[in-house]
Amino acid sequence: MNALLSSLRVTVATMAICVGVYTTAVWAVGQAVVPDTAEGSLITRADGTVVGSRQIAQAFTQPQYVWPRPSAVDYNGAGAGGSNKSPASTDLTDRAAKTVAAYGATADNPLPAELAAASGGGLDPHITERAALYQVPRIAEARKIPAAQVEQAIKGAAFNPGGVFTSDRLVNVLELNIALDEGSAR
Amino acid sequence: MTQAILFVVLLLAGTALLSWPLGRYMTWAMDPQTGSGKTNGITAFLQSLGGSRENQDWKRYALALLMFNLVMFVVAFAVLALQPYLPFNPDGKGALEGSLIFNTVSSFTANTDLQHYSGEVAMSYMSQLSAMMWLQFVSAATGMAALTALARGLAGRQLGNFFVDVQRATFLVLLPLALVVAILMVIGGMPMTFNGSAVATTLEGVQQTIARGPVAAFVSIKQLGTNGGGFFGPNSTHPFENPGFWTNVLSTFAIVIIPMACVWMFGRIIGRMRHASVLFVVMLVLMSVRIVGAVSFESTPTRAFESLPITQDVGNLEGKELRFGAAAGPLWAVVTTSTSNGSVNAMHDSLNPLTGLMPMIGMWLNEDFGGIGVGMINMFVYMIVAVFIAGMMIGRTPEYLGWRVEAREVKFAMMALIAHGFFILVGTAIFAATAWGAGTLNNIGPHGFSEILYEFSSATANNGSGFEGLGDNTVPWNVATGLVMLLARFIPIILPLAIIGSLSTKRRATESSGTLSVEDGTFAGMLTMTVLVVGALTFFPAATLGPIADHFVTMK
Repeated sequence: MNALLSSLRVTVATMAICVGVYTTAVWAVGQAVVPDTAEGSLITRADGTVVGSRQIAQAFTQPQYVWPRPSAVDYNGAGAGGSNKSPASTDLTDRAAKTVAAYGATADNPLPAELAAASGGGLDPHITERAALYQVPRIAEARKIPAAQVEQAIKGAAFNPGGVFTSDRLVNVLELNIALDEGSAR
Repeated sequence: MTQAILFVVLLLAGTALLSWPLGRYMTWAMDPQTGSGKTNGITAFLQSLGGSRENQDWKRYALALLMFNLVMFVVAFAVLALQPYLPFNPDGKGALEGSLIFNTVSSFTANTDLQHYSGEVAMSYMSQLSAMMWLQFVSAATGMAALTALARGLAGRQLGNFFVDVQRATFLVLLPLALVVAILMVIGGMPMTFNGSAVATTLEGVQQTIARGPVAAFVSIKQLGTNGGGFFGPNSTHPFENPGFWTNVLSTFAIVIIPMACVWMFGRIIGRMRHASVLFVVMLVLMSVRIVGAVSFESTPTRAFESLPITQDVGNLEGKELRFGAAAGPLWAVVTTSTSNGSVNAMHDSLNPLTGLMPMIGMWLNEDFGGIGVGMINMFVYMIVAVFIAGMMIGRTPEYLGWRVEAREVKFAMMALIAHGFFILVGTAIFAATAWGAGTLNNIGPHGFSEILYEFSSATANNGSGFEGLGDNTVPWNVATGLVMLLARFIPIILPLAIIGSLSTKRRATESSGTLSVEDGTFAGMLTMTVLVVGALTFFPAATLGPIADHFVTMK
């Protein structure tokens, strides 16, 4: 009986401090120091509508946009997930064949693997700089602008996520596409 | 590749170095008066807060532990069952199915965090915080308390008081660390909001609902407490749960730091730091071998793309995020299963077959470094068996730290080890042979078998990761893994405490030159062999049917 009573007392104490006080403290720091990312890194237009989150991939299928990695959940921001297929699965081969066709990749101009492989959460906001440059001819043609201008936008947006520990420079697909839209409008 | 090696080595070395001062701090926090018999102010406060101050024998300590865990289970069950009626539910999450509640509460109580639901789909913020996150604190604290009691017993002292120990672990160790890591996470870009989902209109004019929530607070203790249960369905692959390279480094560090420090705390309480160093090295070597394996196996490109015009020079990227770098996925897959954490930053189902074997081996051995507290306890069980075998080989009465190990202790130790293999293999056999398991697979052939084998390994090792293609939210899976998680949690805590109870009735011998040393290479080798032989003999046939067959069938 004493053990039950003590269990209840420890439950109340830990619940109050670890759930109540701790969560409030972390929330308060987030709202005070980094309110933007604490709210989910949302990108808002001048009229207040939300375009998306910098951290969350969204679907791009039109030719004038840089396309993100495939998503096993069709870029569902409220139900993320991966394909969970064996890397040797024929389902993956079939899916990748469709991606290859969409990009028009050939043996002479093979598709970078990151554009064929779906990410774990299906919401990876990045592709490599290499994979973005691969898409330049299509984008330049659709936007009727010089390829060099698209390349410049990509190289300007590319960053190295881990300094000396990573070699692949990445670009954020949504931010890059917003920049391309703004550049074309100018 | 040099970058990958540099990354792995620096991260592991840095964590191992920092585990030393943390182990020192944890010893002060958990066992402030090591041997002195005095009571400091914090202890007195926690005694009055919990309303319990007496020294408990092993039975009372175990009973108190079970009683507290029962209350944890009931409280969390009530929170989940009442979800639609409770506040902090901005997205209006509805009622949950009964067997799913049972599975989820068992899972988080048992420090497993196997998840048969997807957080952003099924759970309100109230459920996430006051059921799951709360259990992530107190279940980890339960393990740390159990190890502290075990170490005190081995030092020839009284075991202490569970209610004081569990509060020490919660308030003095987990809470301050969680606060620091959570603040770093939130600065690193993780959301921390009580607002509901955001609705966006994308550049192409499509509606996208973006789930968010109080993620940083949750993820911090998820990693530190060897819990691993994600706020979102795909765990730390989700950009909100792991926004960048540096949050990934911090997460990897947080996964393994306390399990490492537990070894040093154990050494300090028993007063044998050289012995602890030997254990630390054995564990580090066993883990490092699997890391090397995983990183190299995963550099084989995605086999499914071989016949297509796709580049083949970057390794297998299916189920991986780009922002963490090349080696981060396989490294994490090993440390998360070495430590019974179970969070993932890459989808294990899509790992190359032999890479996927590495996490499974980690869960089968379950001792390097293992879950908080319980990993070191599992190693203690292996040591009992190792000194027994060594004693038999040289014809001496087996001793551990001067305690005579006899039939009763070895029986208890063997029961704990056999239970581990029993739950994994028998569970896998039943589900592989029936529609309960065979009807829920996402992949065919040996890879499908691996999905079932992984699920039972994860439940039994209290890990929580999965080959997530498995459609595991069914009544048979929920009930079976729920029961396995509870049994596989408490049997390996109670039996070692019973060993301590049995040892403490004996007179302790003084160690002499004739005693088998527990501080040299011979002991390290003997212990490693015991771990590997028990692990290999038990699980090799299953590994052959699953990942090894998968490799030879599909990777040729």
